Amino acid sequence: MIDPALPPHMRPDKSFQGLILALHAFWADKGCVVLQPYDMEVGAGTFHPATTLRALGPLPWKAAYVQPSRRPKDGRYGENPNRLQHYYQYQVILKPSPADLQDLYLASLEAIGIDLRLHDVRFVEDDWESPTLGAWGLGWECWCDGMEVSQFTYFQQVAGFECAPVAGELTYGLERLAMYVQGVENVYDLNFNGREGDEKVTYGDVFLQAEQEYSRHNFEHADTDMLFQQFRMAEEAAAKYLEAGWEDGTKARHLMAQPAYDQCIKASHVFNLLDARGVISVTERQSYILRVRELSRACGAAWLATAAGGTPAP
Amino acid sequence: MPDLLLELFCEEIPARMQAGAAESLRKLVTDALVERGLVYEGAKAFVTPRRLALAVHGLPAQQPDTHEERKGPRVGAPQPAIDGFLKAAGLASIDQASIESDPKKGEFYVARLHKHGRATPDVIAEIVPAVIRAFPWPKSMRWGKGSSSPTTLRWVRPLQSILCTFGPETEEPEVVPFEVDGLRSGDTTRGHRFLSEGTIRVRRLEDWMAKLEAAFVVVDRERRKDIILADAKDLALAQGLELVEDAGLLEEIAGLVEWPVALMGSFDPAFLDVPDEVIRATIRANQKCFVLRNPATGRLANRFILVSNLVASDGGAAIIAGNERVIRARLSDAKFFWETDQKTNATVPLAERLERFGNVTFHEKLGSQLERIRRIAALARELAPVVGADPDLAEQAALYAKSDLRTEVVGEFPEVQGLMGKYYARLEGLPEEIAAAAEEHYKPQGPTDFVPTAPVSVAVALADKLDTLVGFWAIDEKPTGSKDPYALRRAALGVVRIVLENGLTVKLAPVLLNIFGRIILEIRESIYSDRAVKVPPQVVSELEAIWIDGSELSRKETFFFEAFRRLIVENPAFFPSVVAIRDDLLSFFADRLKVHLREAGARHDLVDAVFALPGQDDLLLVVKRVEALGRFLSTEDGRNLLAGTKRAANILRIEEKKDGVTYEGGVDVVLLHEPEERALAEAIAALGPRIEAALGAEDFEAAMALLAGLRAPVDAFFEKVTVNAEDARLRENRLRLLADIRAATRSIADFDRIEG
Repeated sequence: MIDPALPPHMRPDKSFQGLILALHAFWADKGCVVLQPYDMEVGAGTFHPATTLRALGPLPWKAAYVQPSRRPKDGRYGENPNRLQHYYQYQVILKPSPADLQDLYLASLEAIGIDLRLHDVRFVEDDWESPTLGAWGLGWECWCDGMEVSQFTYFQQVAGFECAPVAGELTYGLERLAMYVQGVENVYDLNFNGREGDEKVTYGDVFLQAEQEYSRHNFEHADTDMLFQQFRMAEEAAAKYLEAGWEDGTKARHLMAQPAYDQCIKASHVFNLLDARGVISVTERQSYILRVRELSRACGAAWLATAAGGTPAP
Repeated sequence: MPDLLLELFCEEIPARMQAGAAESLRKLVTDALVERGLVYEGAKAFVTPRRLALAVHGLPAQQPDTHEERKGPRVGAPQPAIDGFLKAAGLASIDQASIESDPKKGEFYVARLHKHGRATPDVIAEIVPAVIRAFPWPKSMRWGKGSSSPTTLRWVRPLQSILCTFGPETEEPEVVPFEVDGLRSGDTTRGHRFLSEGTIRVRRLEDWMAKLEAAFVVVDRERRKDIILADAKDLALAQGLELVEDAGLLEEIAGLVEWPVALMGSFDPAFLDVPDEVIRATIRANQKCFVLRNPATGRLANRFILVSNLVASDGGAAIIAGNERVIRARLSDAKFFWETDQKTNATVPLAERLERFGNVTFHEKLGSQLERIRRIAALARELAPVVGADPDLAEQAALYAKSDLRTEVVGEFPEVQGLMGKYYARLEGLPEEIAAAAEEHYKPQGPTDFVPTAPVSVAVALADKLDTLVGFWAIDEKPTGSKDPYALRRAALGVVRIVLENGLTVKLAPVLLNIFGRIILEIRESIYSDRAVKVPPQVVSELEAIWIDGSELSRKETFFFEAFRRLIVENPAFFPSVVAIRDDLLSFFADRLKVHLREAGARHDLVDAVFALPGQDDLLLVVKRVEALGRFLSTEDGRNLLAGTKRAANILRIEEKKDGVTYEGGVDVVLLHEPEERALAEAIAALGPRIEAALGAEDFEAAMALLAGLRAPVDAFFEKVTVNAEDARLRENRLRLLADIRAATRSIADFDRIEG
């Protein structure tokens, strides 16, 4: 149920930012650290080190954050009411997965104004896999009246390592969810700030121009020579940092897992851009995916040898 | 007699796994019970998205007592033998054993062991945790705090509680106590996720069903299906519409709800411009909703039926509105695809669209889709006269048939391939034969699917399937066991059904070589371009030997290619390994035909008997022969002749083995002493050419009737003449006469393979 004390413009069903604030309040109340977005280009909230890396190792972890996500191929020059090359995911990660995770998730829906006695919420099988992250999990896509509003996953493996313990991951598609609670058909019509009249700012006001510009960039102009070079550079840098990070040359403790992982993220995004530019053939595609997976695997191994990854300092 | 109730309550089980899981639970638990001496009267499994349950009715309260006698060593045996016996039998001292005597063995020890049967709940408490731990989910997972432990329980989704009760109908049942990974069994469950609150205490099956029903859970999957179907039909009827039934969708939906509530929604009638099949595919695949038909027009109505899991406080208005929104967005996409395709077809000429298939790989070893389409077109043209189609039309149809594979609609909904080709062909104003072939050339898809009869469709369908089969045979990707990733069995059965049901005379052997001649050129290409190819090395070397400096030739020099293809067809003897591949594929067709005929009720031994003859590559003739043979063998003449022939064959087999020779022909008339053997020889000599002539005219009835004429002389021969005569020359001559019987019948079928 929506907090009745909220003024109209702060309500999650009236304002895009109100939706984010309601989710922040909800998950902060459940003991999550509320983080800010990762400051790099990523394809999904899962890439944030707060999920990928923190899902590995034995230490408990609870976090919630918004992650701007870039999918260069999904650009539609601002002409499609449902598809964006840049959008927001709301990401929650809870390790170990609590026994009442489904109930928590449903309560979060109520907090943003979805009445569970009025709406048909369903958990429909959808197993998740990220080939570049070497990660997979089992779970569902969560339906509200026939629309997929979230992804619910029990991580089984990340970076090629078994998750021990298993983390539960919730990913809300914020634009879609906001369109639903606001009753809007076109993403650009979403009320961003909850105000009306002259003060109203829409999603289109904020992002339409960006969608047009980035679609041109992603499909037509992104400098592929530079990108190929960047991919190689990121790959080499990751390898260098990984190598240099092992303390005393033994493989017991690693001192630079996160900087190395940044380069892995970089490589992944550059690959997505190259893919959108259509310069990677079907057979090459697989080999690029494998190269990124190798990086993420090595970063995962390094992370496990850090304090936050469960290897205490001597 | 007491009953067992077991319920495993968990987070949502994938719909597609539910039916299998219910059956596994029933089988695993009941098998384990029976194995431990606990026979039961009945068992039924239940499954909903959130629970897997089993009721076993009429179990005994405990296992039967068992009595076992264990024989031990003789009295006075060495101490180690006695000790070993005591240990094995579980006795404390030898006094506990009794002594028996036996006239042979003398006196020896016997342990009489009486084992009291254990109480059934104890046995259940042992069985159920083991079943849970080893449950055969197609995919299972770990979760929660315990998931770090290597011994943690795996389940399809987190398992939340276990209910397990046991007891007679008249008494309060007891909880069967056990623990699995920290979950203790109990006697409580939960109802519907949103329509019920708190836990529910349950005693036994009837109680469980009734209480859950009151808590908005229909536990019986079949009943949920019945409710969905009946409610959906009622809703449709109320609007004067018909439900488009869909068994697969019904199965799935029944696995997504515990309390089905059917609701009707609608969409903008403007979307009805899109073909019905596309609307249905959109709504079914993405939204799992039923579509409705208007009985007056036979077309879809702008309505759909969704099945929610909720009795909503507003009567479902919000749920309907939400689903309508999503369906609107999906149909907008579908309409956009449909219109984009039409625009493309109108602006890009077919030839250019075809060229785009040059970038699509059909199979890495078999070249591109474009090359394949061209082969199919050439073959369809060649087959056209055989199937009574116009060659130009057949070729054009084949060039068009796959064109919808690159359209937006088919890209989104692969299940409407072919159908879209038909629609687009019509919109492009192409002849109806081409439109029909675009749809029908994929058929038949199985033993009961529609078989095309329009000649152009038949030509393209055969060409498509034969090209696929020869291609995968050439690169040695044949089906093995249960693995048939390219659906080659289905393709071969399709050929069989098209040929038989259209009464087509097609000699497969040369057709297959012809296709091989074309495909091998693709393969050769890939050899030189260093694609990983698994072609039998002999084929390559044969190819290279024949190829005049092949590496220098560009594949565009069609003259050489044509010459090469003709060479394979006309002189297969130069290519023994190609012939071996062809023969292997022919025998694959024979197997498919056998399966097909057997399913149609034909005797498989007759099919075998006909296929044992060499060169059987005309499927229609094989069937005619089998049919004629079946009719012949149902007559008295037929049965007797079969017996006589078998007798002759048996004698020959034995004597030939003894003599180490094979007898064939060469009966010496001078040595025919007895009138019966003379009569037989004359009958065979007279009938031989006539049977041959009848076979040549493919008149199997006549051939069989002629063969029947042998019955009397054969019977008389065996009655009066001794084959194994003392005189070696007479014996050999008579064996030769038997060989003539065998040969005469073998022109029709291998009688040896016929049973009875």
